Amino acid sequence: MRKVLLPTLIIIAASLLVIRLFYLQIIDDSFKLKSDNNAIKIKYDYPERGYIYDRNGKLLVANQPSYDIMVIPRDIKDLDTLEFCQLLDITKDDFLKKIAKAKVYSPRLPSVFLAQLNKSEFAAFQEKIRKFEGFYFQKRSLRDYQVNFGANVFGFITQASEKLVAKNPYYNSGDLIGKQGVEESYEEILRGIKGVKYFQKDKYNREIGSFKEGKYDTIAVQGEDINLTIDAELQKYGEELMINKRGGIVAIEPKTGEILALVTAPSYDPSILVGRQRSKNYTLLYRDSIANPLYDRALLAEYPPGSPFKILTGLIGLQEGVINEQTTYVCNHGFSYAPGRFMKCHDSGPRQLHTGIYNSCNTYFGNVYLRIIGKYSNTPYAVDVWSDHVKSFGLGQFMGYDLPTGKKGKIPNSKTYKKMYPGWGYSGKTIISNAIGQGEIVMTPIQLANMMATVANQGYYYTPHIIKKIKGETIDKKFTTKHVTTIDKKYFAPMISGLFDVYNLGTASALRVEGIDICGKTGTAENYAKIGGVRTKLEDHSIFVAFAPKDNPKIAIAIMVENGGFGATIAGPIASLMIEKYLRGKITRTDLEKRTLERSLQDRYAKLGGQSEAVKLEMRMRDSILKSKTIVPKIKTDTTK
Amino acid sequence: MKNQSLTNNIDWICIAIYIVLVLMGWLNIYSSSLSSMEGTADKQLIFIILTIPLIFIVLYVEGKFYEKYASIIFGISLLSLVGLFAFGKTIAGQRCWYGIGSFTLQPSEFAKAATALALAKYLSDSQINLKDVNRQIQALAIVFLPVMLILPQPDPGSALIYSIFIIVLYREGLPAWYVWTGFITILLFVLTLLLQPQYVILLALAVIVFIHIKSRLGDRNLVLSSILFVLISGFVLSVNYVFTHIFKQHHRDRFNILLGKSVDMKGIGYNTNQSEIAIGSGGWFGKGFLEGTQTKGGFVPEQHTDYIFTTVGEEWGFLGSLVVIALFVGLFLRVIYLAERQKTKFSRVYGYCVAGILFIHFFVNIAMVLGIFPTIGVPLPFFSYGGSGLWGFTILLFIFIKMDANKVNEW
Repeated sequence: MRKVLLPTLIIIAASLLVIRLFYLQIIDDSFKLKSDNNAIKIKYDYPERGYIYDRNGKLLVANQPSYDIMVIPRDIKDLDTLEFCQLLDITKDDFLKKIAKAKVYSPRLPSVFLAQLNKSEFAAFQEKIRKFEGFYFQKRSLRDYQVNFGANVFGFITQASEKLVAKNPYYNSGDLIGKQGVEESYEEILRGIKGVKYFQKDKYNREIGSFKEGKYDTIAVQGEDINLTIDAELQKYGEELMINKRGGIVAIEPKTGEILALVTAPSYDPSILVGRQRSKNYTLLYRDSIANPLYDRALLAEYPPGSPFKILTGLIGLQEGVINEQTTYVCNHGFSYAPGRFMKCHDSGPRQLHTGIYNSCNTYFGNVYLRIIGKYSNTPYAVDVWSDHVKSFGLGQFMGYDLPTGKKGKIPNSKTYKKMYPGWGYSGKTIISNAIGQGEIVMTPIQLANMMATVANQGYYYTPHIIKKIKGETIDKKFTTKHVTTIDKKYFAPMISGLFDVYNLGTASALRVEGIDICGKTGTAENYAKIGGVRTKLEDHSIFVAFAPKDNPKIAIAIMVENGGFGATIAGPIASLMIEKYLRGKITRTDLEKRTLERSLQDRYAKLGGQSEAVKLEMRMRDSILKSKTIVPKIKTDTTK
Repeated sequence: MKNQSLTNNIDWICIAIYIVLVLMGWLNIYSSSLSSMEGTADKQLIFIILTIPLIFIVLYVEGKFYEKYASIIFGISLLSLVGLFAFGKTIAGQRCWYGIGSFTLQPSEFAKAATALALAKYLSDSQINLKDVNRQIQALAIVFLPVMLILPQPDPGSALIYSIFIIVLYREGLPAWYVWTGFITILLFVLTLLLQPQYVILLALAVIVFIHIKSRLGDRNLVLSSILFVLISGFVLSVNYVFTHIFKQHHRDRFNILLGKSVDMKGIGYNTNQSEIAIGSGGWFGKGFLEGTQTKGGFVPEQHTDYIFTTVGEEWGFLGSLVVIALFVGLFLRVIYLAERQKTKFSRVYGYCVAGILFIHFFVNIAMVLGIFPTIGVPLPFFSYGGSGLWGFTILLFIFIKMDANKVNEW
């Protein structure tokens, strides 16, 4: 028995190897096909990318043909470099650099020599391409933007990175891929599937027909068109209102969670990232770390929300039963909540929920918060109860919307404070800043807008999303799933009536629009920056949230303008104008519109390190586009600073 | 009759297979070196020519010499491994070469033969009974000593080779549970990587309970079964720990790709993928000598050393590969057959070692090239480029051929 083991092992092992060999060499012929890549030429047929429409079917993004000059370095022979460079309008240095780069990638595989030539740039070259052995062209389709806004919504198309090409077998070197915006999140739908054709080559590298009668060929699958939830008019109007300001606007249809407008400023004309100038332009945008036009403030900018958060404080107070509508606190330009501790307020007088909200009274909501946290003797427990209420509005977490970037924001809970105050107790008084949306609370504009949509719906929301329709497909189920908050419906009515009077009697009374019942709330967020090495308090960020009409809400909106000052000065007017534009299609308060459009904060931003060249360029471009198309009252761009 | 010629009584079958394999190896190195590795084929030819005097020296030495001086040869070999830590030359992160000018020598290639000699010498004492635990420990110590020196170089491939000595020891009376333990260890290792550790533990529990009930083991054995279960659980968990915490990412990747847990055609999986493509494209008859497009294209890395079998597969096809495998298997079985008919225990054990060492190289190398074993640096005997390897294997084999030729003179 002992003698047999080794011979047996040898026989078994050898049989295993033979079986594996038989499988690799005889049964599985995919390896054979792959090995023939020398003898076979692969041609790709790139399908046209799907079009992008707005919610009303207006075409926003279409395609235009474009040509990539491809090179196989090994195949270059007797090239007339001078003529070649002249035709393509490049210098000899460029030429040498590009060839060297292609060689590094691979001497025998094709790589892109010059990308995204348009029809006229390509025409002259096409006539003579036969003379240039080793070069050929690849037709692709590029984006053709029908509008000059919405860059952050669309994203852009770029060549897939080498890293991705290595990781994802679908993409070859030089293939295009969507980055940012819906181009990225709906890449696979918009892209379609490229077709592959195999051609047999002889040893002189000539095509001698289809490989195996096209047995392995696949047909390209067209990309699907999509409809966005964006309202093109509103989106455009929002971007115009934000010219010469920095910040974000998010408008949501409360009943569905559809994003009506997603504005970030400064932004750029999407068409500058198409064609031969795209990489130069991209570098300009990318390098501008101050104005940061590639940064989607509507999704990414995290700030303490300030006063709008009082809405939640009030609702939670009602839900927890620690206050009712009649509960009264007297404000005396603030109140002393602990020995030596005073919370300031611009307000004074006896305040109840209704008057408290429209006067944005710190005293009132500070007291409510103390009651909420004081309801349970166990403070950490109370904090968690409060935190869970807040989180049921979709805050402090990724909301799951269909855009590729986002921030969680921050809603503290007992764990947060265990870390902050290790070893010693804390009470509601320690963390009272949360009452008025400061302290440890941070939110993004889209979260603010979703909060308002939830209030408008009186207690539920749908995950915000930007996809309305995909041809031949249904949209993700998570966008049609209702999320219900922990606050009972009955508590919303008094809160909404308070928010309504913000416009009638309160902090936004100057912003009323005749005939539209708007509910809103002003806010400010303090912020600091290092200027010349000194921590300096800057002008507050101006925040405004609103929804309208009061009784059948069609739009909920959040506006954040960096360094805009008090909420009612810049963010408020923008909110009113956006709401009127969306609900009426025209503006009655032309005075307010003119003022808001002309308002520039560039002098304030200049303090932060000056205005970058890219932004100036961009602003001039937008200005000229606006002038040439003259849609709305003319915009004067402040470029003096 | 004492002064018979060197070639008297030697086993011509072994020698014929040896010569065919070495020549086939050189043809493949020649083919794979055409595209990029100019000069390697010439160098290998010199290495091959130099084996001729080497073979004559080995055959010339008195047969008794190896038995007499086995311990000393083993000692010198160990010293040469220790010396690497001080004088070794580092190539590609591995410190396992001595550099003499542009020429490098890898002592671990010779240590295998030395270990085989030492083990044979130890077991040739008729007093030795491997049923005795102390003897088991001593025998295993002989095997593990060089492993301990080779592992930190690091050269896990060479270290892996020594596991075959367990089979040799089993042939000489080592209890069967050693082999079983080894087998189960490997099985548990692979299962742990494939499945979650908790499932493997559950599986082990089920199997142990099943066996316990099925074979009506009593309460006394309950303790034994429990200990076994605890040992297995401990092993599974530590494998998981080692894999996730101690292994480097590239080690993990090799296993993950092999087990089909991750696919990566251009990155880490490149070697295996390319070697599979090259071999797979060979078909029944191959593309012919010097006609391999993948070989010429230089797609397969390390093709003249560890991946030399890809050239065989591509240019000579399934039938050619079959011939090579058959030649190897023929050699192994022939050596085992000769070993079994040896009159001294020393030469029998040594012959067994030779067959085992050659076999495990053969299997691990080709299995790796075919993508059914993780990527590990083990050469294919007589085929792979490199002087140390070729000479090490030649010495290993010819010492045995000499012993076998000598047997008529014994007793």
